[in-house]
Amino acid sequence: MNNAETAIEAKDMVKRFGSFIANDHLTFSVYKGEIFGFLGANGAGKTTAIRILCGLSKPTSGEIRVAGFNVFTETEKIKKHIGYMSQRFSLYEDLTVFENFRFYGGIYGMSRSAIREKTSEMLGKLGITELRNTIIASLPLGIRQKLAFSVAIMHTPEIVFLDEPTGGVDPITRRQFWTMIYEAAASGITVFVTTHYMDEAEYCNRVSIMVDGRIEALDTPAKLKARYEAASMNDVFIKLARNTIEK
Amino acid sequence: MKRFVIKEFLHIFRDIRSMVILFGMPLVQVLLFGYAITNEVKDVHVSVVDPSHDQVTTAIQQRLFASGYFLQGEVLYSQGEIEESFRKGRNKMVVVFDDNFAQKLERREIPSIQLIADASDPNTANLLVNYANGIIAGYNQSMAVSAGGPVIVPEIRMMYNPALKGVFMFVPGIITILLMLVSAMMTSISIAREKELGTMEVLLVSPLKPLHIIAGKVMPYVLLSFINAISILILSHFVFGVPVNGSLALLLAESMLFIVLALSLGIFISTVSNNQQTAMMLSMFALMLPTILLSGFIFPVENMPVVLQWLSAVMPPRWFILIIKSIMLKGTGLAYFWKETIILIVMTLVFILASVKKFKIRLA
Repeated sequence: MNNAETAIEAKDMVKRFGSFIANDHLTFSVYKGEIFGFLGANGAGKTTAIRILCGLSKPTSGEIRVAGFNVFTETEKIKKHIGYMSQRFSLYEDLTVFENFRFYGGIYGMSRSAIREKTSEMLGKLGITELRNTIIASLPLGIRQKLAFSVAIMHTPEIVFLDEPTGGVDPITRRQFWTMIYEAAASGITVFVTTHYMDEAEYCNRVSIMVDGRIEALDTPAKLKARYEAASMNDVFIKLARNTIEK
Repeated sequence: MKRFVIKEFLHIFRDIRSMVILFGMPLVQVLLFGYAITNEVKDVHVSVVDPSHDQVTTAIQQRLFASGYFLQGEVLYSQGEIEESFRKGRNKMVVVFDDNFAQKLERREIPSIQLIADASDPNTANLLVNYANGIIAGYNQSMAVSAGGPVIVPEIRMMYNPALKGVFMFVPGIITILLMLVSAMMTSISIAREKELGTMEVLLVSPLKPLHIIAGKVMPYVLLSFINAISILILSHFVFGVPVNGSLALLLAESMLFIVLALSLGIFISTVSNNQQTAMMLSMFALMLPTILLSGFIFPVENMPVVLQWLSAVMPPRWFILIIKSIMLKGTGLAYFWKETIILIVMTLVFILASVKKFKIRLA
C-alpha cells in the first residue's frame, strides 16, 4: 500500500501505561474517502488509539502515519490536516453559532471571508440559517451535535476523527447525523469514527472491532457477518467478545 | 491568536459571575474596607461614675468627650449599675472617679481614676483604655505645666501614615487580594472549564501550540487585572487620599510581576484540577485564605508562631504587600526591596516550570 491511497497507516501500534497495555500491536490502514468504524466496548482502547492518531498522545512503539505524516515526529503537520470532534461536542456554550465557527476557523488559519462563506454554506445545508446568532446553550442537543461536526470539517481536513459522536442523541438525529457523515465522505474527507452503537457499524465501509486492546476483526460489515454467521453487527460483536473470554 | 483573545473576552463578558468578580469586587472591597471595616475607634459610648462632681473631674470629662472618640453615656452611681449597663451593652467603658477628687489633689494626695472596659472585644477595649489614658495623661501634663513643674512630654510622630488611617494599610492588601483572585482564580477556572467541556481536547488537536493556548487564555486576564489594579489605586487615591509616594512606574511594574506570578499559579492549579469546581476550591483554599490570613495583610507576621511564619514566607502575597507598601507609603525604591522582588521572580519561575512539566506529562 502506498500513501496516495491510504489516509492512515498503522503498523504494530503499541501503547503501554505502566504494565497495562491499552493498545496491543494494532495494525490497520484506512483508505482515503472511506468511513472507517472503530468499534469496541468501553475500555477496549478506542480512545487511546484515537488520541495517538490525533497527536494528543505518543505511542510506545510502532510505525504510524496519518495523512502521510509520522506521528512521532510530525504531529504539528498532522494537526493541520485533521479535524476532531469529541464525545462532548466541544462547542463553546456561551458563544453564538457564528462565534464558534469564527473561532475554530480562526485557529485553523482560515481567512475572515472564507469563514463567513463556509458558515453560511453549512448552516444553509442544515437549514438553520436563522440560528446564526443564537447562543449554543439554548440549542437542543441534536443541533449542537450537527454543528460540532460542521465545525470539525469546516477547514476541509483530509481526515476527521469522531470520538463517539452520537452519544446521548435520539435515533432520528443519529440517522440525520450519519447522512452528514456520508456527505462528508462523498466530498473526499476520510471519516474515522468510534462508536459502541452496533447498528451504526452497518453504515461504515469497513469496521475494526477491538477487544481488550487488540483488533480482533477488520473487514466490511457484510463480510464480517458472513464470517461469523451473524444476522447483525451486534451478534458479530457478541460472538467476538465471547470468543475472547473463552480463550 | 487574536481570535483566541476575542473569544476569551466574550466568555468573560457573557458571564455575569465573572463580570461581578472582575468589576464589582474591587469597588465593593475598597469602599467596604475604607468606610466600614476599620479598627479605628470612634463615637463609643462611655459612662461616668462621678461622686465628686468638682471642677477637676468635669474638666477631665470635657476632655474625654471633646476628643471625638467617646460619646457621653449614662451617669451611673454604684458598682451594681456599672455591671448592669455593661450587660445591657449600653456602653463599652466606664470611667470611675474617686470621691472628693479636687480636694484630694489640693491636699497632695493622689485621687484614683478607674477605667473599666468591656473586654469581650479585647482589641477595642485595649484601644479605648489607651485613648482614655492618653487624654488623662494630657490633662495631667497641662496641669503640671501650669503649676510650673518640669515635665517630660514625648513628642509623637507617626511616619508614613500620620493620621493612622486604616485605609492606608488596607489598600495594598486589597490590591494584592484582587490581583490574586482575578489572575489566579479566574484563569484556573477558565482553563478548567475548557477541560470540563471537552473543548481543550479540540484545541490541543488543532494546530495551535500549547503555549499559544495558554497565552491566549491568560492575556485577557493580564489586561483586566492591570486595569483593576489601576482603578483601585485611582479610587483609593481620590476617595480616601491614599498616596503613592514612590515611583508609579515601579509600582505598576511590580504589580505586573505579581500578576504574572498569580497567573502562573493559576495555570498550575488548572493543570492539577480537572473541573471548575476543583479549580475553584483549590484557588479558594490555596490562595484566598492564606492571602488574607498569612500575608500580614490583617494580622502582623511578626506575631505568628514560628511555623506559621515559615508558611507565610512561601506565600507570594506576603512579599508583594511589603513591596507595594514600601512604594506607596514610604516612597522607597528598588534598592530597598530587591530581595522581595527576586523572591517573587523565583516563585514565578518555579510555578511556570512546574506547570509546563505537568502539562507535558498529561500529554504523554
